[in-house]
Amino acid sequence: MAAETTALGWWGVLLAIVAGTMRGGTPFLFVSLGECLTEKSGKINLGLEGTLLTGAMTAYAISYLTGSPWLGVLMAGLAGLMLGAIHGWLSQQPRVNDVAVGIAMIVFGSGIAFFLGKPFIQPSAPQLPTINLSNAAMPPALQAALQISPLFLLGLGIAPLMSWFFRSTRWGLYIRAVGDSPDAARAMGVSIFKVRLLSVMIGSFLAGIGGASLSLYYPGVWTERISSGQGLMAVALVIFAGWKPVQCLWASLLFGGAQALGPALQSVGIQEGYYLFNAAPYILTLLIMILTCSPKRTLSGVPGALGTDN
Amino acid sequence: MSWRTIAWRKTLESTLIPFGAILVGLLLFGVFCAVAGANPFAVYGSIWKSAFGKWSTFQNTLIRAAPLMLSALCTALPARLGLVIIGNEGALVMGGLAAVSIGLAIGTAAPPLMVQIAMGLAGMAAGGIWIAFAGALRHYRAVNETISSLLLNYIAIALLNHLVGGPMRDPSSLNKPSSYPLAAVNMLGTIPGTRVHWGLVYGLIACIIAYVLIQRTTFGFAARTAGGNIRAARIAGLPVGQLTLIICFLAGSCAGLAGMVEVAAVQGSVNESLNVGYGYGGILVAFAARHNPIAAIFMALLVGGILASGGSLQRTHGLPDATVLVFQGLVFLVVLYSDSLYGRFSFFKEKPQLVAPPSPPPSPGQESVIVS
Repeated sequence: MAAETTALGWWGVLLAIVAGTMRGGTPFLFVSLGECLTEKSGKINLGLEGTLLTGAMTAYAISYLTGSPWLGVLMAGLAGLMLGAIHGWLSQQPRVNDVAVGIAMIVFGSGIAFFLGKPFIQPSAPQLPTINLSNAAMPPALQAALQISPLFLLGLGIAPLMSWFFRSTRWGLYIRAVGDSPDAARAMGVSIFKVRLLSVMIGSFLAGIGGASLSLYYPGVWTERISSGQGLMAVALVIFAGWKPVQCLWASLLFGGAQALGPALQSVGIQEGYYLFNAAPYILTLLIMILTCSPKRTLSGVPGALGTDN
Repeated sequence: MSWRTIAWRKTLESTLIPFGAILVGLLLFGVFCAVAGANPFAVYGSIWKSAFGKWSTFQNTLIRAAPLMLSALCTALPARLGLVIIGNEGALVMGGLAAVSIGLAIGTAAPPLMVQIAMGLAGMAAGGIWIAFAGALRHYRAVNETISSLLLNYIAIALLNHLVGGPMRDPSSLNKPSSYPLAAVNMLGTIPGTRVHWGLVYGLIACIIAYVLIQRTTFGFAARTAGGNIRAARIAGLPVGQLTLIICFLAGSCAGLAGMVEVAAVQGSVNESLNVGYGYGGILVAFAARHNPIAAIFMALLVGGILASGGSLQRTHGLPDATVLVFQGLVFLVVLYSDSLYGRFSFFKEKPQLVAPPSPPPSPGQESVIVS
């Protein structure tokens, strides 16, 4: 593959970035949609890194044990749901800080994932089938780029669906009310506790599926170093996307692409600054936050109750 | 005098609740071990033995507790100002990088003590500036400090990998890219009679200074006031921006010092082992200690003990090394939950005390006399 990319020269770099964008963007897409749902209800879940790892391990283990990768995806989501239940319940206890719970959940979730996943590092599990949009006449690099995961398409569908859900459904309104103005939600007779618990749980379900896309699609293995911080990045991504699900899609693609930049340049022999290119998404997010934030007004789209005690 | 007799129930509450939480965490971990097929009591025994039981093994705990104490201050100090900083890892990495750069630059051209002081100062300055940057963004641009400090972690780690993989790389480090090693004479020594390096003393001193600074000085009082109500602090004329920058700098310099201690006492050079989790461990220590620097000392010992027991769990019980992560996670989830229990037990409520009858209010006549 690397040799082919070299033969294609700069087109290969572009192609590798496009391919990497879809492959690397898929986990970003799921965790950011999950985090978006969670934050819309007024809570932050920093623990999605643990959820992502647990999801990746569960998907791989179930796929290996049952031979069905799709069952693995479902169980990854359910594993995420359970971790989300812990986070959603604990972070709503009085005087308990949701950021701190998130960090404890990173430790706990990654601990569970590494503990239970130890026996599954060696064996190879059946991978999710991919949808092939290429034909045999195309150069191999292009063929590799056109292997599209059904999970990516699923995420592609969820983003506008979630946007519609927030805008036009009763439950979407409840979540926005709880996140923006808990007092108004209480006056509407909505249970803040239940809405937030469910939002965190379903958000974690999505993050679990994001983990499944890591272990069953790309890179398609289970190791303890499979996540490069995508779960932690979710929080930054959602800010970057202004708490809008469709923007999460674009942000995930951008971040996936930025992540692919380093390896793609390396494949044409540009070794210098490989790690600095890896830092590109983080520097980009920071710059955007510096440019868009201002002490005079709050960010547009930020849920009102985010980071407050009620 | 009288408040001391009144407050014992509160003191008891703030001692018993964390200890109870740790016990419950142990219990849950025991259940987990039993499900995983290990005898929980044997596991408890191994943890105790390899973490606190013998002086020879307790020293391992102390070695791990030292950077945790310093790193915890990076979260605990800004928390008193109402800021949630989680950039410990980044400040630690920057501190380690700066310390090694200075140490390599001076080499053996100066007496070892001077080199060590220079390395310590460089680490503190680098870590301090790193977190002060997050503080400045918070104050001048209203950028959320939690997110910015998180992003700075990743940027610092990328910088570490870049420098260690390229400009600072020792060509003889093949498997794991490392910087050139520090000269042996410049390494931090051990406390006489122990295997524990001087970093432990740095940690203890830093925690005590932090406690005195926050609880016993006007500066600390100003910081706590601003942390309680930032608008009231502004109205009272407190320099909120200055406070933010200074506290963040001090916080970051503690984590930077932790990085210096790790490279100058344990690693000897800077490589990716620098981010082995003392950063995130420090955040947990700070929250579990409820941002009290003295309590952080004990929490750091506890977490250091858990980390130190990892190897023995693997050897004697066949449990994977991730067991300590599960244990740490469980303990901290329960400790965080225990925060919500304060004030829920009526036993800890202070009984109404007999107070001295108030002195009779001055009559209107007297008052007017005073005024005129």
